[in-house]
Amino acid sequence: MKKQKTYVWPDLVFKEFLMIIVLTIILIIWGLIMNAPLREIAAPGRSENPSKAPWYFAGLQELLVYFDPWIAGVMIPVIIAAGLIIIPYADTNPQGKGGYTFSLRRFAVVNFLFGFLLWWALIFIGYFLRGPNWQLYLPWESWETVKETGNHLRSLSPAVGLVCISFYFGLGILLPPLMSIDLYLLYGSLRYIVVMTLILLMYAVPLKILLRLAFNIRYVLVTPWFNI
Amino acid sequence: MLKEGKNIWEKLKDSNLYKSIFRHSYEDTTKNRALQVRSNIFLHLHPVSVPEHAFKIRFTWCMGGITFFLFLVEAFTGVFLMFYYHPVPEFAYHDMKYLEFDVPFGIILRNIHRWAAHLMVFTIILHMLRVFLAGSYKPPREFNWVVGVVLIVLTFLLSFTGYLLPWDQLSYWAITVAANMMGAAPFIGHEGPFSVVNKYNDIRFVVLGGTEIGANAILRFYVMHIIVLPAAAIIFMAVHFWRIRKDGGISGPL
Ligand code: HEM
Repeated sequence: MKKQKTYVWPDLVFKEFLMIIVLTIILIIWGLIMNAPLREIAAPGRSENPSKAPWYFAGLQELLVYFDPWIAGVMIPVIIAAGLIIIPYADTNPQGKGGYTFSLRRFAVVNFLFGFLLWWALIFIGYFLRGPNWQLYLPWESWETVKETGNHLRSLSPAVGLVCISFYFGLGILLPPLMSIDLYLLYGSLRYIVVMTLILLMYAVPLKILLRLAFNIRYVLVTPWFNI
Repeated sequence: MLKEGKNIWEKLKDSNLYKSIFRHSYEDTTKNRALQVRSNIFLHLHPVSVPEHAFKIRFTWCMGGITFFLFLVEAFTGVFLMFYYHPVPEFAYHDMKYLEFDVPFGIILRNIHRWAAHLMVFTIILHMLRVFLAGSYKPPREFNWVVGVVLIVLTFLLSFTGYLLPWDQLSYWAITVAANMMGAAPFIGHEGPFSVVNKYNDIRFVVLGGTEIGANAILRFYVMHIIVLPAAAIIFMAVHFWRIRKDGGISGPL
């Protein structure tokens, strides 16, 4: 069957032009009714509380509650970028190209969407639900009410932590092929291990958040050099 | 030679001058539709014709194109802002006030620059989502996805560097948080695990041009924001658009 083709001029160019006009109008109206934020002049000695990042970085800032800065601010963004880059090389499933056919690529879609929604959930919490001292404030709560910082946090002992982490990654990587879920076949061994490690790292983020909220666990692994 | 019985418009269209600028007529013929795209440097980013599904907003969500347009808006409004902005701590904040209260349309200019930037971050994320969900990164388009990831990183860096420039409490303390994260980077941050550097040569120092956020930081952020990052973005966008064509045009089923 021959593909139906349509001329770009004028049909597509017309749509683009329309889009440009609509967006220009939206931006002008937006610019007229809402001012870009501007607080007092920067004062190095007097810190803002809370000092919030713009919304697109609020998710990373929210992660600072649960992870040390080198993980929240450096490792996680780097791993996300690296993970995104390898997606096309990791996902060798030839099906579902150029169309929204999710049933043919459930595994890829489910995991991507999980990360995508997690990112937005963190942004939502960080941007809308955090107040002074980065405490949880619901939108209708006044920031005047002082919240106590519940810090009876503890950490797992290094041995327990190491066992937990090994179990998590060991089982996560070994179980699917042992249960003969055909992910392993689909990906080939090296590719499989890389993909699974990245996916397990992703799920480790909400898992650590849960551990902290449910069991007051600060660090899963404490070492003389770094804590996770 | 001008012939008898032609009005001035037809005479004009017969002139050498006109023909040197406009290469073909505008009658609605297939040939002219093709020429219109082929002979125009801006339009020739497009192929002459595209598969029907590529027209559908439901396929591309228009997000790639909108992101590009918003980038152009940023470049355009950014140039005007540059006329009023001095990248030094003594001036930066007052220039914002000046834009707000004294410069005709200054506040709208600044607002549009800010809101279009936010919108661009939003639309680029949606564009990535649509490319993923449509499986459009699959062979032969793997590398264009990689170029896309570079573009999204550049977009975030543009936002990040722009955020310091107004020099108010919001920007100062947000950049403080971010700079401290860099100081905590493994190996290359002075407070990070396995640090091999000190306060005066770590990544934080490189980015801020010092140990504190001050005149050097604002200058570095400014230069990155107005020339280095936009130039990089333009180059990668050129590659991105070129690759869409070279990879066989926009993806579709088969
Ligand atoms: C400044 C940022 C970007 C601009 C201006 C841009 C622009 C575009 C445009 C205009 C298209 C044509 C089809 C469409 O609109 O969907 C496109 C396609 C594409 N983009 Fe982007 N894009 C950007 C960022 C990204 C990102 C972040 C990714 C992914 C990580 C990406 C991956 C792709 C791929 C793989 C295609 C080919 C899709 C196909 O053939 O169906 N782009 N881009």
